[in-house]
Amino acid sequence: MSTWLSRQTLARKQAVWAWIFLAVPIVYFTAVRFWPAVDAFSLSLSRWNLVGPRHFVGLENYRHLAADPVFWQVLGNTFEYLALGLPISLFLAFVIAYQLDRVRTGQGVLRALYFLPHLTTATAMAWVWRWFYQPAPVGLFNGWLSLFGIAQQPFLRSTAQALPAVLVPAIWAALGFQVVIFLAGLKAIPRSYYEAAEIDGAGSWQILREITLPLLLPSFVFLFITTSIGLLRIFDLVYNITAGGEGGPLNATKPLVLSIYQSAFARMDMGTASAQTVILFVILLAISLLQMRLLRQR
Amino acid sequence: MKIVRPGRVIGFTLLALGGIVMIMPLLFMLVTSLKSNSEIYELHVLPREPTLGNYIEILTHSHFARWFLVSFVVAAVSTVSVLFFDSLIGYTLAKFRFRGSGVVFVAILSTLMIPTEMLVIPWYVMAKSMGWLDSIWGIMFPGMMTGFGVFLMRQFFAGVPDELLDAARIDGLGEFEIFWKVALPLVTPALSALAIFAFLGNWTAFLWPLIVTTSPNLYTVPVGLASLSGEFQTDWEMIMTGSSIATIPTLLVFILLQRNIVNGITLSGLKG
Amino acid sequence: MRRSYRRLLGALLGVSLGAAMVAAMPSPAQAVEIEYWQYTFKQRVDTMDELIKQFQAANPDITVKHVNVPYDNYRTRIAAAIPAGEGPDVTQLFYGWLGDYIHAGLLQPLPTPAFDTAAIDRDFFPFVQGMKVDGKYYALPTAVRSLALFWNRKLFKDAGLDPDKPPATLDELVDFARKTTKRDSAGNLITAGIALDTGGQDIPWIREGLIREFGGTPYSADGKKVAFASPAGTAAVQWYVDLITKEKVSELGFLTDGVTAFRSGKAAMTIDGSFRLGALDGQRGLDYGVAELPSRNGIHSNYASYWVNGITSKAKGEKLAAAAKFLAFVTTPAAMQLWMEKVGELPARVAVAKTDAVANHPKYGPFVRGLSTAVATDFVDESAQRKVMMDMIDRVLLKQTPVAESLAIASTEEQKVLDTRK
Repeated sequence: MSTWLSRQTLARKQAVWAWIFLAVPIVYFTAVRFWPAVDAFSLSLSRWNLVGPRHFVGLENYRHLAADPVFWQVLGNTFEYLALGLPISLFLAFVIAYQLDRVRTGQGVLRALYFLPHLTTATAMAWVWRWFYQPAPVGLFNGWLSLFGIAQQPFLRSTAQALPAVLVPAIWAALGFQVVIFLAGLKAIPRSYYEAAEIDGAGSWQILREITLPLLLPSFVFLFITTSIGLLRIFDLVYNITAGGEGGPLNATKPLVLSIYQSAFARMDMGTASAQTVILFVILLAISLLQMRLLRQR
Repeated sequence: MKIVRPGRVIGFTLLALGGIVMIMPLLFMLVTSLKSNSEIYELHVLPREPTLGNYIEILTHSHFARWFLVSFVVAAVSTVSVLFFDSLIGYTLAKFRFRGSGVVFVAILSTLMIPTEMLVIPWYVMAKSMGWLDSIWGIMFPGMMTGFGVFLMRQFFAGVPDELLDAARIDGLGEFEIFWKVALPLVTPALSALAIFAFLGNWTAFLWPLIVTTSPNLYTVPVGLASLSGEFQTDWEMIMTGSSIATIPTLLVFILLQRNIVNGITLSGLKG
Repeated sequence: MRRSYRRLLGALLGVSLGAAMVAAMPSPAQAVEIEYWQYTFKQRVDTMDELIKQFQAANPDITVKHVNVPYDNYRTRIAAAIPAGEGPDVTQLFYGWLGDYIHAGLLQPLPTPAFDTAAIDRDFFPFVQGMKVDGKYYALPTAVRSLALFWNRKLFKDAGLDPDKPPATLDELVDFARKTTKRDSAGNLITAGIALDTGGQDIPWIREGLIREFGGTPYSADGKKVAFASPAGTAAVQWYVDLITKEKVSELGFLTDGVTAFRSGKAAMTIDGSFRLGALDGQRGLDYGVAELPSRNGIHSNYASYWVNGITSKAKGEKLAAAAKFLAFVTTPAAMQLWMEKVGELPARVAVAKTDAVANHPKYGPFVRGLSTAVATDFVDESAQRKVMMDMIDRVLLKQTPVAESLAIASTEEQKVLDTRK
């Protein structure tokens, strides 16, 4: 085989090696990921309660969802998590990583402080945050507000404030992850680029705009897409922080994945659960492809 | 000779303050775990009589050591597999020009878009037909490669200069050797980051380990912790204690590996 | 750099392979092995282990494999196992899920010679007849539960109330709650007169307790129509929300949940079930009592609920016979007695529950007395129906929707759920 390979053109050789390297992964991904996904697509056109036969029902599950006002509310919530969470978390993460990168003393400790929240379990943290959101004198935030003479806020007990109140711990928990990726990206930029720019007399703002940000683009692409996916798939925290795991009050915080979970495991309605999964999949794919296009390496 | 710039001082101070705010919920968790159950609901934050009773209770009255072992095996094996395969796939997708590479990449990326909640039922059927139910391999088989890691590694391999690889080809190195000996060392920061995330992801995974195991001696730490809180039971001091203990290994892995991220590499940069 | 990551890989691999070998586990083969599933709850698990030991001693040819699943994930776990044909031969389920499970073809009727319908009708509490579909029983409980009022003696004494006299009527409850509520100078709630929690037991208390005590009825007699959108229903719900909005003796979400508030001695009263006794008894410094639910105009009404054990359709032949034997064993009077002593839940057989020792017990007594006026809601979809009522309360509290209007919306929503009954 090696003699056959050595006779091929460079491009052919590359392709052959690529497929050799990809052979095992493709088999694995097909079995463990693609097949279940295809199954979910076919299930979305069926009625199935986990036992007994599946009944083909065409688009009935989708029609049923479209007619359900709660589904539209859930979809709206899901986008709200994304629209608020993406810019805030990436902005914070970048600023923190950028500053961390420049700090000389105690960098290790500081980095650990920012990363620690990412290490803990959602159940425990949800309870702590619920405690923080309590009314005064128990709740930390309302305690602070009353120090400044600001009126008490209901936070989780308000249809308007509950979603942002759930989003804050979500951003908090993911920040460590994003900071680490940005840091890895920043560290990968050769010092010599900066030194050359400084010799040329570039200011730090100019260096940021003309060297750091463009060279950080692959990290940005990665974080835009993974953060969007994370926010659109938000589940654990909402399940643990809202009363009874219902995504309340009045569905104000319920995201799509919680709705999928309830359809599948509380009602054993796999058809509706799968239809929502397909909708989530299409949204995520569209957003990811769009972001990749917009942020394409220039 | 360094000049201390005021901007840096402000930056450092803000960063330190932000860091303290970041860990406040964790301190709250830690402090709660040191309270006895009659004190846990008191409004004062610090325990009057700090006690390790909850820790002793958990460590002696549950199979915590066993859960730790299972979790560690699962996380370690998965991490090794993920590091190897995800970087190989990421490298191939970033550095080889071939028809279909875009399709393969988007297909792998798209695996991130199906929530785990919808995968567990097909996985269970698969595990049963393969005889993997209630086994350690059953817990870890879905996490041997991840779309996430492939994506991460592809982004970072994209920054490795082609010239270096071509030079290695001219030197007569095989394709796998080029990947293993030339390309991989150049992305150590990303590899370390991936190791942290892969370990962490497996360490905290809950739904699938819960579903595939029936024997308590195969519980992972999160599943074991969940078994501590039953119907209508809210022993929060125990949950805080368990979570505090569960955080320790991930913290150690982070401390161990973060240095690699920081030291970075001087050879190459990520190319835009 | 290269060396360090390689060393790391090597070390991780080595350690994990070693540990993987330790983690291998064998399981012995037996003549007949049946699998029993219930959710994890220390006392339940221990007591069931003890029952299984007794059962296996009496039936050496049968082995029972006891599987526990964390409570929150019980249904998820069952749902994942079923399509693969895995799972229990005898399973525990909440009585409200029976319809779902039968419809899904998950359960088979209890075999009749061993489980005589007439004898069960006669011996068990009447609401257990909800487990009978088309004249056949599908599941049986070992224990049953009802609601009661828990009160904190110390807080009663601090407020100048008799620490041994709980409220007997709803009017007294309001009065006592007013006296025990404490607020700081800024008006913030420090001690609640009564801990309210719609995520806990308040919804069944409203549904089967308050609405009936106000002269209404939550559902039509055949269980097919929602009937709570009535003047009586409105009055009952109004009374409940007034505790928060008018009397200001409570707030939803106070100290995260009702149990936490009561456990921590920050709430003078709460409505809860017998399953709570174990957790509260372990709370140091908490001196509490249990009383029957307060009545109104002499009307008492309570809510009964229970977990049952059923035989899944998976059990066939000798496994079915073994499963039936096991189910019969865990519903004997002796098993019920043990269950009450160890788990704190009330026996499902009237004769076992209504002994003097139980009826006069300071903590079990009020629950047992409550059972005689208790109704077990005939659920179609328990979680969906609970959600409808939680939203109904939230609309009133958060959106200032008038109670009657909010009830009317809830009625329409819940009727939709009832109409899906198969």
